[in-house]
Amino acid sequence: MRHIISIEVENRFGILARITSLFSARGFNIDSLAVGETEDPTVSRITMVVPGDDQIIEQVIKQLHKLVDVIKVVDLRGQDIVERELILVKVNARRADRAEIMRIVDIFRAKIVDIDPLSFTIEITGTEEKIKGILALLKIFGIKKLVRTGKIALSREGKRI
Amino acid sequence: MKRNGAQVIVEALMKEEVDIIFGFPGGSVIPLYDALYETKEIKHILTRHEQAAAHAADGYARATGKVGVCVATSGPGATNLVTGIATAHMDSVPMVIITGQVPTHMIGNDAFQEANITGITYSVSKHNYLVKRVDELPSVLKEAFHIATTGRKGPVLIDVPKDVLTGETKVPYPAEVKIRSYNPNYKGNLRQIKRAASAINKSEKPIIYAGGGIISSEASVELIQFARQAGIPVTTTLMGLGAFPENDKLSLGMLGMHGTRYANYAISETDLIIAAGARFDDRITGNVSEFAPYAKIIHLDIDPTVISKSVRVDIPIVGDAKNILSQLIPLIEKKRKREAWHARIKEWKGKHPLKYQRGGDLKPQYVVEKIDEVTKGEAIIATEVGQNQMWAAQFYQYTKPRTFISSGGLGTMGYGFPASIGAQIGCPDKVVFDIAGDGSFQMNIQELATAVNYKIPVKIAILNNGYLGMVRQWQEFFYHHRYSQVDIEKGPDFVKVAAAYGAEGIRVDKTEEVEPALKKALDIPGPVIIDFRVSREENVYPMVPAGVALTQMIEGLA
Repeated sequence: MRHIISIEVENRFGILARITSLFSARGFNIDSLAVGETEDPTVSRITMVVPGDDQIIEQVIKQLHKLVDVIKVVDLRGQDIVERELILVKVNARRADRAEIMRIVDIFRAKIVDIDPLSFTIEITGTEEKIKGILALLKIFGIKKLVRTGKIALSREGKRI
Repeated sequence: MKRNGAQVIVEALMKEEVDIIFGFPGGSVIPLYDALYETKEIKHILTRHEQAAAHAADGYARATGKVGVCVATSGPGATNLVTGIATAHMDSVPMVIITGQVPTHMIGNDAFQEANITGITYSVSKHNYLVKRVDELPSVLKEAFHIATTGRKGPVLIDVPKDVLTGETKVPYPAEVKIRSYNPNYKGNLRQIKRAASAINKSEKPIIYAGGGIISSEASVELIQFARQAGIPVTTTLMGLGAFPENDKLSLGMLGMHGTRYANYAISETDLIIAAGARFDDRITGNVSEFAPYAKIIHLDIDPTVISKSVRVDIPIVGDAKNILSQLIPLIEKKRKREAWHARIKEWKGKHPLKYQRGGDLKPQYVVEKIDEVTKGEAIIATEVGQNQMWAAQFYQYTKPRTFISSGGLGTMGYGFPASIGAQIGCPDKVVFDIAGDGSFQMNIQELATAVNYKIPVKIAILNNGYLGMVRQWQEFFYHHRYSQVDIEKGPDFVKVAAAYGAEGIRVDKTEEVEPALKKALDIPGPVIIDFRVSREENVYPMVPAGVALTQMIEGLA
């Protein structure tokens, strides 16, 4: 089971190392990680996707809370949230395939951001399902390189992160 | 007022009422030592190894309840502290550790005596800081003392580069501290406390399981009142020894791997565990799935991460043990009879007391009993780790908090002697013993120089069996007597070692020599080693092998 954990931390050096070392010390994996400043420049938000059963996640959240520089931790699993991830993918684009790739890009409301004689670089933003969907189609042409930002998420409710 | 970073540290120590620090100088911290040179208000104890400085600060903190402070230089000085920091962290001991660091512009360059000590200690400290600007130093110091001494206490390290020690600042030392991301919960939730009280009032076979949290929150008085008023038997962990008087008839002594049979039986039959300031460590529970099968569990602790970590808890209460217990007391029905339960415990106590084979060779357990007798149970006992630690826990009756000082969580050999030095400095009017093994004592034997230099009158009782005894015991029980790398019989003559350092040494071979030797040692005003040549293959009983149920104890004598 995967959980999206949203963590507000003091915007200081070392805090990311503290958090990741907490995971590595317990042998927990991190599926994805996104970090950035929030509306308050003294606060950063870390969005993590973490696999694990509810008991492990409960322990992880308590341990995160215990870190002095952590302000707030919320498990977004099961909440009404908006989640997005951005990926850049470089895909083989032979002349014969170009039209079809452009149609796929269109359907998924993605964007071609760079072209060279042999490939397209495509930017896609969306939910996990949408990204999975387009990648499955693009795979047919051959994916040369892929980079992803990691998932970010916000709760739709006013109070929670 | 303008002053440099080193002077800011000295100012902070004075404002935090620190009058003793332990340390060892080196290149990067010379500016701090220079500032200490003219400071008469702060006494610095120079140990012979940084690890010992950390353990001494830890022993001082445990014995006094105050924060322990130690200092070391960058690189090897700092890394030598790591075992001491981890020891304090595992046992929740409040400490502030100040390390020197190479100048800020050299950090990360593999400079001479550079080590990334904040990175190294992330997982073994409560918190740590690398101070990059001298203007931050006053608030960092204030925060460090605050974090170390509040919530679940622990060691906080401050790494100070040399140019920060020499740089000047006008920023004053703050009077108050507020950290938005750090707000330990002291007050227990009232609804949970009421639920707990009702469970206690309903219980037929309750037991209190008390840990080190009682001692660190100074909740011993409340625990005693609670237990006596409710008439509930009390077992403690190793860290909780002294939290409840062991001469009280409600006391079951220690539970767990080397606990008493009656404590382990009681916890296995109880219908309600009231866990207070304890964390269901694996040395306590044995096989978790068979632990306390009939019990509902109330767990009060200041650290929410220990609740439901290894054992499912029915009524968790996060908060300070002292607060919660005093809120519980008025809600408890006075002296519910529970005659059957008390009768059962009395029967177990009668049938299965702690015992050992008397007569024959000198027995280590006898030595511990005699130390108790000769000091009238008023001493502070520090221990090393292994068999010596378990015998010290079993055969001395602890009646007051902060009288048993031992590395429980990390199990650090070499801890006891420097910790006893720290404890003695913190409590100059007390008799302080280090109950040691010949293996552990040799790990910080160099501190004899410190003890002699400062005339610290600790008594080191070496239970000398010429073995790394606890490992030998495991090899005897679980590895078919294959004694691999545990024979250290060809050790030093400890009496001569004592003499070489300028301390006194006494050798004891026979049972009847024990008492006179202890009395003689107590009459000597300085440090004394008493080398007790004990029976070599004596074992610690009872013993619950790792991973089995608490009721399946190995016993030496039928």
